Amino acid sequence: MRRFILGLTLLLSTSIALASGGGVELQKAHNDITDKASLQAGAQLFVNYCMGCHSTKYSRYQRVATDLGLSNEEMMKNLMFTTNKIGETMTIAMDADDGERWFGVTPPDLSTIARARGTDWLYTYLLSFYLDPSRPMGVNNLVFKDVGMPHVLWDRQGWQKVVHETVTDSHGKTHEVIKLELVDKADEAKADNYRQDVRNLVNFLDYVGEPAKLIRYDLGWKVLLFLAIFFVFAYFLKKEYWRDVH
Amino acid sequence: MDKILTASLGWIDARFPLSKMWNEHLGQYYAPKNFNFWYYFGSLALMMLVLQIFTGIFLATNYKPDASLAFASVEYIMRDVEYGWLIRYMHAIGASFFFIVIYLHMFRALIYGSYRKPRELIWVIGMFLYLCLMAEAFLGYLLPWGQMSYWGAQVILSIFGAIPVIGEELAVWVRGDFVIADATLNRFFVFHVVLVPIILLALAVVHIIALHEVGSNNPDGIEIKKNKDPKTGIPLDGIPFHPYYTVKDIMGVAFFLMLFSLSIFYAPEFFGYFLEKNNFFPADPMNTPEHIEPLWYFTPFYAILRAVPDKFLGVVAMGGAIFVLFLLP
Repeated sequence: MRRFILGLTLLLSTSIALASGGGVELQKAHNDITDKASLQAGAQLFVNYCMGCHSTKYSRYQRVATDLGLSNEEMMKNLMFTTNKIGETMTIAMDADDGERWFGVTPPDLSTIARARGTDWLYTYLLSFYLDPSRPMGVNNLVFKDVGMPHVLWDRQGWQKVVHETVTDSHGKTHEVIKLELVDKADEAKADNYRQDVRNLVNFLDYVGEPAKLIRYDLGWKVLLFLAIFFVFAYFLKKEYWRDVH
Repeated sequence: MDKILTASLGWIDARFPLSKMWNEHLGQYYAPKNFNFWYYFGSLALMMLVLQIFTGIFLATNYKPDASLAFASVEYIMRDVEYGWLIRYMHAIGASFFFIVIYLHMFRALIYGSYRKPRELIWVIGMFLYLCLMAEAFLGYLLPWGQMSYWGAQVILSIFGAIPVIGEELAVWVRGDFVIADATLNRFFVFHVVLVPIILLALAVVHIIALHEVGSNNPDGIEIKKNKDPKTGIPLDGIPFHPYYTVKDIMGVAFFLMLFSLSIFYAPEFFGYFLEKNNFFPADPMNTPEHIEPLWYFTPFYAILRAVPDKFLGVVAMGGAIFVLFLLP
């Protein structure tokens, strides 16, 4: 039974169902920034696939290495391609004006993209590229219509196409639903892996959006604990002083 | 040791009314003993003011009021400065908590009639404080130089343009440019860190002096000064602020800081109410966001502005909504 449910979810997840009329329903990223393996995998994807065009110019390699549990050597060997100074910020060599000429807009810096767009948006966006010959890059996106970005990760997912379907809901009304389907059914296993790739990538972007998040959660409960104890003392001090007030 | 301290205090008191001021405002300031929950927010507001000034000073040491550097310097504070993220959250989220406290403080004054005789002036000074606080929040919101900073300021400053005849020129004069730009950011920074805080501090002092002149109101509304001990002249239903209300307010502060910390550490954005998502995009004058929304504490006024079709009348209605509170006493 469990295997059946799992299979069903996987089956459903390869095609993205959309409610007609309203915007695209975002899928939950369910990423976990405390998962270091996932962050490392995400960082690897980021520097290999994204950093040709997108910088994260407010974060530094060394900080990323420390937070992701990598040594400086590991970082320099595997994740640094444009500089050998570990303290550098994660900038790119592409000229902003060239970027605008080539893609229509300058590919944005992604340092704070997860905070601006939200992780669910990024997750759904990266899963929602489909073939569209009318676009200069040959692809379009359900979440970000007419986006200038090509489907950089296509070889990890396989191409998708749009299909229109008519469904009948529980009230007996019919809706037209837009779905994405793999062009080549043989890519299904690959596409499943791709979802985990995207989750890792989004996880990394979530972390890069606010590296302090990891410290924040950890410091928070200590501060709250201190304040709670302080409150108890303050309460009894007040009670003691107010004993004679009627 | 005691002798030296007493002697130094005597030396100071002969030259500056230190003991006198202590007694007037704390040691022998008699407050009603029946203050309830609503009376915590005065001292909390004072604490928030001090906290904002302290965190603000730390932020200003690393912030750069330059259109090309401002967004980056905020991110620098969030990432590279030791505990910069904490100071920045305390300041940015502190602004929202300051407004929560102030609104509850004002609400207290409304439900218990604290604006009535003899406290009319305290209320009016308080309203000026509220105006300054709104100005301070608005000026400060431009500084991170995100999309909402930029477009929010654009909308509000265009309000000046709605004033007949001189409007457009006035708006240009205020901005220092035809659109929000570097000149605007620089002057907003100066107003935010120098001009308005000075006025706020001065008004806060005047607010407290005026309160201590007439004495505090209380939930029952019966003046404690009407029932004094004939010999000592001390109100019979009053207790000295220190130590009774200092220890009580410390308890209030501890509880309040717990709520504040919960937000700082576990919900800094507070679902987009305290930090708006769109403000994590750097300001882009060529790209208007779909929805321009102020932070929650300005939404009532923004709603008035948007509900009135004519821009100038909308501004008048919005101004009126604030001004009418001045007339309350």
